[in-house]
Amino acid sequence: MIAIGMEGSANKLGVGIMLHPEDGSPPQVLANIRHTYVSPPGEGFLPKDTARHHRAWVVNLVKKSLKEARVSVEDVDCICFTKGPGMGAPLQSVVVAARMLSLLWNKPLVGVNHCVGHIEMGRLITGATNPVVLYVSGGNTQVIAYSSQRYRIFGETLDIAVGNCLDRFARTLHISNDPFPGYNIEQLAKQGKQLVDLPYVVKGMDVSFSGLLAAIDGLAAQWGLDGEEAAKEDENKQGSQTGEEQIVPETDGKPTRADLCFSLQETVYAMLVEITERAMAHVGSKQVLIVGGVGSNERLQEMMGIMARDRGGSVYATDERFCIDNGIMIAQAGMMAYKTGFTTPLKESTCTQRFRTDEVFVKWRDD
Amino acid sequence: MADEYKPPALPSPFTNTTPAPTLLVQGAEAHLYKTVSLDPSIPAALKVRPSKPYRHPILDRRLTRQRIIQEARCLVKLVREGVSVPAVLAMDWEGQGGESAWGGAWLMMEWIEGPVVRVVLEQWEAWMKKNAASLDQSQIQKEEDRLRGLMKRIGHTLGGLHKAGVVHGDLTTSNLMLRSPAQETTDSPTGVSMEGEVVLIDFGLAGQSTQDEDRAVDLYVLERAIGSTHPRSEPFFEEVLNGYRASHKGTGSTLKKLEDVRLRGRKRSMIG
Repeated sequence: MIAIGMEGSANKLGVGIMLHPEDGSPPQVLANIRHTYVSPPGEGFLPKDTARHHRAWVVNLVKKSLKEARVSVEDVDCICFTKGPGMGAPLQSVVVAARMLSLLWNKPLVGVNHCVGHIEMGRLITGATNPVVLYVSGGNTQVIAYSSQRYRIFGETLDIAVGNCLDRFARTLHISNDPFPGYNIEQLAKQGKQLVDLPYVVKGMDVSFSGLLAAIDGLAAQWGLDGEEAAKEDENKQGSQTGEEQIVPETDGKPTRADLCFSLQETVYAMLVEITERAMAHVGSKQVLIVGGVGSNERLQEMMGIMARDRGGSVYATDERFCIDNGIMIAQAGMMAYKTGFTTPLKESTCTQRFRTDEVFVKWRDD
Repeated sequence: MADEYKPPALPSPFTNTTPAPTLLVQGAEAHLYKTVSLDPSIPAALKVRPSKPYRHPILDRRLTRQRIIQEARCLVKLVREGVSVPAVLAMDWEGQGGESAWGGAWLMMEWIEGPVVRVVLEQWEAWMKKNAASLDQSQIQKEEDRLRGLMKRIGHTLGGLHKAGVVHGDLTTSNLMLRSPAQETTDSPTGVSMEGEVVLIDFGLAGQSTQDEDRAVDLYVLERAIGSTHPRSEPFFEEVLNGYRASHKGTGSTLKKLEDVRLRGRKRSMIG
């Protein structure tokens, strides 16, 4: 069986095609294409502009993915789309496209929860059977474990998502949004040495990032590290450095932009690893699966690996092809639901900004 | 693949106590050992917070030190106020007891004999799932009443905690114990005793607060923990609130706040 997955809940538009062979052999990715709307440094992506981007690209990506997968329209069994959660306008533009294809090709629609898509793709790629899932992205921060046909949320953010915290700090520092802000923060953080004291807010299995963001934004302003000028100055300094390692004297204790990125990463990832560890201890699981865009961060993966090792377990992570929003994860989760007989009638093929992970009845698992 | 797990070395002086401390659980943050205090006949619980190698050393030291001191302060205060928690016997927050660079901290507490509520509920739920079909209505009613009683006692204990000006910060069923009574009297066919005083443990994330917000979050965290770990017991959470309401005056505003927290919790599906 073949499913097309269409995802556009944030600034990534993804179209993917999954094949589930009839003989029960492992599912295959036939195409995985993504186009990202990148906003200029210092700005976030606005729903209106992002939706316009998705509308402009969606037909192109569907055509390209069919061509790459070498499948014809007749071979497709169902069209899976992101029902939510996400930004309203981008979600809508993709759901309209999915509906159109469904009518045009006369194929059933399958509405998919974005978070469940991430979990199912992660499970497929890594082979983790029943892990504790840390889902971290620009819009979501959740610690999830499966129990009686639901993906239950054990801990989550009390305010903004971790990716949102990183993105917004990248905006403060005027760091490029290309390929994505978190990646550039990670690169800059590698040069950081000094750990700045930041609020560390863990409540049980929940975390909070808004106070931390306000604090680090304040520090950046206090040391004159925010805005476009500081970014340019920093860039020039980098350029003038020659091959040899230059040791920056830290006599006045003034942090650098790199120090702030370093401290931000160390603090927020320590918080995430801590709540994941607490969930693991609580459910008695030894596997951790990291999904979502922030999951591609190598420092987070490294810290999680150390934690898991000390608990006698292991960490499963994927690279940016699978953990950043994509179409195949929607196709994968949609296909699993479709195989149990689930379809979304045209009348109900809506999208919603609020769609909690634990609202989905996971019919395809019975463990 | 994962290496065979070895718990980190014990801090001095526990490296040469007889009998040697036995590891009971590896919690998220700490290792809990059973050891003895002063005399081999006096059992004690030893909570060791080893340094977390995944964290930056400065951050790690700051958190470990801050939390173990906070925990001890809360326990001492609660014992004084008559809330049932383990008493503090000894502690080291600087990790000086170890060989040179040992960066952890430890806290020795009174030994509580009995099961954690998580295990009690798990056993009860498993038994009910297996045998519910063969029970008549009055037996089911009796079992559910027993659970209601336990939930109510939990609520009462939480009321005492909050009245003393402390919030727990990590209320799960793993952090609630039942102190075994001198004589076990279980006439339930399930064989699962729900007797004994409810004892609160693990104050690693506790803090001093009398704000309705913090208290309500405490209750909400427990509600969600029960919902996610013990789906069958979830309908009885109302009894926790009943017990809580009856525990002391002024719980009304906290319970009202809880409704806000619940709503906010439901709306927490993020955009983007």
